Order: sequence, then C-alpha cells, then structure tokens
Amino acid sequence: MKLNQLSVFLENKPGRLSEPCKVLADAGVNILTISLADTEQFGILRLIVPDWQKAREALEKAQCVVNVTEVVAVEVEDKPGGLQNVLQAMEEARLNIEYMYAFTFRRENKAIIVFRFEDPNTAVKLLQQKGLKILSSEEVCQRVEG
Amino acid sequence: MSGVKCTSNLFHPDSALDYLPVEQLRQLQLARYQAIVKRTYDKVELFRKRMEQRSLRPEDIKSLDDVAKLPFTVKTDLRDTYPFGLFASDMSDIVRLHASSGTTGKPIVVAYTQQDVDVWASVMVRTFAACGLGKGDIIQNSYGYGLFTGGLGAHYGAEALGATVIPTSGGNTERQIMVLKDFNVTAICCTPSYFLHIIERAGEMGIDFKALPLKAGIFGAEPWTESMRVRIEKEGGIKAYDIYGLSEIIGPGVASACCAQEGLHIFEDHFYPEIIDPQTGDPLPDGTEGELVFTTLSKWAMPMIRYRTRDITRLMTEQCPCGRTVRRIARIGRRSDDMFIIRGVNVFPSQIEEALLAVEGTLPHYQIVLTRTKGLDNMEVQVEVTADLFSDKIGAMEGLKQKLGKSVEHIIGIRAKVSLVEPHTIARSEGKAKRLIDKREM
Ligand SMILES: [Zn+2]
Repeated sequence: MKLNQLSVFLENKPGRLSEPCKVLADAGVNILTISLADTEQFGILRLIVPDWQKAREALEKAQCVVNVTEVVAVEVEDKPGGLQNVLQAMEEARLNIEYMYAFTFRRENKAIIVFRFEDPNTAVKLLQQKGLKILSSEEVCQRVEG
Repeated sequence: MSGVKCTSNLFHPDSALDYLPVEQLRQLQLARYQAIVKRTYDKVELFRKRMEQRSLRPEDIKSLDDVAKLPFTVKTDLRDTYPFGLFASDMSDIVRLHASSGTTGKPIVVAYTQQDVDVWASVMVRTFAACGLGKGDIIQNSYGYGLFTGGLGAHYGAEALGATVIPTSGGNTERQIMVLKDFNVTAICCTPSYFLHIIERAGEMGIDFKALPLKAGIFGAEPWTESMRVRIEKEGGIKAYDIYGLSEIIGPGVASACCAQEGLHIFEDHFYPEIIDPQTGDPLPDGTEGELVFTTLSKWAMPMIRYRTRDITRLMTEQCPCGRTVRRIARIGRRSDDMFIIRGVNVFPSQIEEALLAVEGTLPHYQIVLTRTKGLDNMEVQVEVTADLFSDKIGAMEGLKQKLGKSVEHIIGIRAKVSLVEPHTIARSEGKAKRLIDKREM
C-alpha cells in the first residue's frame, strides 16, 4: 500500500529542473505528480511515476543522484475540512509528517495527497485503522491516467 | 635489539644496517656527507657555483648541523640542466639511465653507476625484508618496467633478496590475476589504487581473494591514506606495506614500513633526511611537520644535495617496536606544492579531505574555490552529492551541509562555505579532479 517515490538532487541553477523531466520524457515515462523542495543553493525534486525502476535507470544513466523512498498516498475528500480530518487522524495516531504534497487532479470530489513518514508501514496500519483510504500504486495510476 | 616485538624470522644480512647504534650511524652519515659534498663540488658546476655564492667550501661541513648552510636542490634544477647537467660521473661509468615523465615539458633524467645500482638493490632488499619477505617468497612485480624507476628498482631488489620474481609489469589486470592465482604469489608490488582495482576485478571474476596464498602488498609510487590501508588489508586479506621513494633520490627504496606499520624507516645510511619549513627553508626539529629534504650520501653518478621532495611529513625519533634504529617518517599524505594560504593560515587540500571524510566516512569528489571580495578571502568547498549522501529530506541535506562546514572549520580553523553540487559537475582530468581553483586576484 506504499508508493515508491523518486527524489533527484538538483542544484539551484536556471534550467536544472527541466533536465530530469526531459530525461523521463525521452524514456517514455509519464510523471504522475511532481514536487520541488528547494533552498537557496539546492533543491530536491520528488516524483511519482508508474514505473519507478525504469525511471530510476534513465535518471541514473543521465548521471542524476536518485533516491527511492516509500511514501503513502491518502485519499482526501475535496471539500472544506477534508484535509483537516486526515491531519487530525494522523495527529491522533501520533504520526510525524516529514513532508507532504498533492496530486494535481481531482476525481469524483476526491483528491490524493502524498505523505512521507519516518516509518511508512506503521503509518499505513494506523491510518487504515482510522478508516482512511490508502491508495496502492495501481489505484493511483488508474485514477491519474483514467 | 632488546624489546623487539616483531621481526621477520628471515633476517637478511643487508638489514643489519637498519639496526646500527645511533652514534655509529651519525658518524657514518657525517663521513659520507662530507665525501659527497666534496665530490659534488668538484664535479657538478651548478652546485659549485651556488656554494661559491655563499662563500662555502666543502671543508665547512664539520658536523651534521652544518648541512643547513648548504644550498637546496629543487626539481627545476633537473629540468634546467636537462639531460645530463647534474651528472657527477663520466657517461662511460654510468650503467643505467632512468627518466620520469614530468606533467609538463621535458622529463627529468637520473643516472646510476654500477655501485649505485648495487646500493639500490640493497635498499630494496632491506625494504622487502622490513615487510617480512625473504627467500622462498614469490613476488609479482606489477610496477611498470621501463624508464620509470619502480619496475627495475623492485626487480633487482627482489632478486638480491633471494625471492622469486615475476616481472608482470603494469596493466592487463586479468592476466595479473591469473598469475597471482596460478603461480602461488605471496607478495605483490604495485600502486595501492591499482591493487584495489585488482581486488575488484577478481571479485567480478568470481575469485575468492582471501583464499589465495598472497600475504603482503608492497605499495608505493602514490600518496594513500590509512583508511585505504585498512580497506586493502580487509578486502585483500593481506598486510599492506607503505614504501617511499623518488627517482631523483634513487627510486623505490628510500624508506619502508616495517612489521609495526607505523611510519616508514628511512635507510638513512644512504639518504640523509631533514625536515624544513617550506616557506622559509629553515630546518625544523624532529617531530615537527614540514617538507622532507634528502641528501644522497652514497649516490655516485648523480648526487643530490638537500633535494626538496615537496612531500610534507615529520621525522619520528621514538624507538620503533621492530627494533630498527634508523628514523621513520610519518605516512606522506600531502605535498607542499598543494598548499594554499587563506587569511594567513596555511591549508592543504588533504586537510579538507580529512574533514569531509570525518563526516560520512567516505570521500566525495570535492573542489576548493577561493575568491576575494572587498579584500576579504572566501573559501568555498563544493561537494558532489553521491547516492550515499543524498536524502529526500531537505532538513537532512541542510544538516549534511552544516556538518561538513563545521568539520572543515574544526580542522583548519577557518569558516568555509559548503555547497552541494550535482555529480560529475567538478571537472576531472585523467580521472582526477582538480582540487583547487584560486580565483583571487593577487
Ligand atoms: Zn620499525
């Protein structure tokens, strides 16, 4: 019930962001969602793709530093208070969120948010106990790609 | 020789000179020093002129303290007098020439009489003996044979030792591994980085390296670190001995590690060591770190008086557990050529390496960039991010930057800006990254 997220190290220089995207496009890898965390000097690009092994191979071949981390995709009601319910459940489960970002599409009033926890296995278990919908990699792909 | 904790049970007679009583050794050194100064003065014009400029005569060397008055010899002297300008023997008495390829321009040429070749073999015998080798050992010599002094230097020494020599020379790693395995080789001579390559390749070929009879590696011809030694010993299942030499002095055989593996014994009955301040040229007391200087006490064809090696080390005078009385130099990890000065502090790139290594236990590719803004010098250390160093968390990466910066500041006492850069962005030439970019306008 976890997703494999790819992270790519980038220097904070003009044009750096487009390069990994081009590498993936050339390799025929569709990017399901993307998020950039940056500082003044460097940034970390985080990606969710359907075939993470293929994407990783292409990126490493292009001499990128790539890291694979397990993240958790949680379904959120796309209405006022929807996110608040999810966050509250996490707080009650005493789960510490390292970072989070959203998928940009919505379907049937449902949004998907990606969470990074220190221990994703425990997080999945606790959140499912709280009645939250955790999406598998296949479900995420289906929803994004339709 | 009391208190000897470790000696080889194979004792070669040449090694007796390693154990001379210090007083006797100093007398021998002084007598040889006086003779070689006289010979060089008589035969080498460059040296005679420099002595005359200082109003010095060979007779002025009355004690070993007086040698500090003598002029230095530097590498450019060998280039300026290319090819034969520093020879003290007639070509008819010279039996061998070697040359080292400088990175720029002409090579430097070195010469040996028959007596010099014999001395060279003898110091290599003492090197091998100090590394626990003797008759019965099978030595694979993977140093390059040719103009380079490494191959033939080790070869003649190994034969004189009474060992069996396999002159594989460098290159063709798979054949090296085949010989290593099929000929029951017990010791190998090569550069430490090449040996690591051999281990790696052997692993790929499915060979259990530790099951081989190989017990020792005689490693030199490039600077290496203590952590590399530990790694080689662990992965290779051998003892890794550090040896030191340079063509200008004789080739390999100037100094060697012993069973204690703490520093390298100088064969100082032939090579007289000094440590000087690289800036002022003043002699430094034993135990102080500085530039290593050698005088060849017995080299006849091409004597070197106070040759500046540019290598930074210190003389260890404490009694070695092995019982040898000849002094030791500490492992050489850096050269005075590489030193730069920032805000009045002398810094060596190797210190930056030490600082980076201390943080994650691995040495990433790095580059030091010096700039000057408004009269103030700034140092930036660019570190290539590797998969080992990379985390998906911004906080972890910021923490890494901070740790690297603190480690650098802790070791050199100056604040440095650390930048994390993408892999393969630091320019490399021949596989080696250029360590220092000095953009300051002086
Ligand atoms: Zn010793």
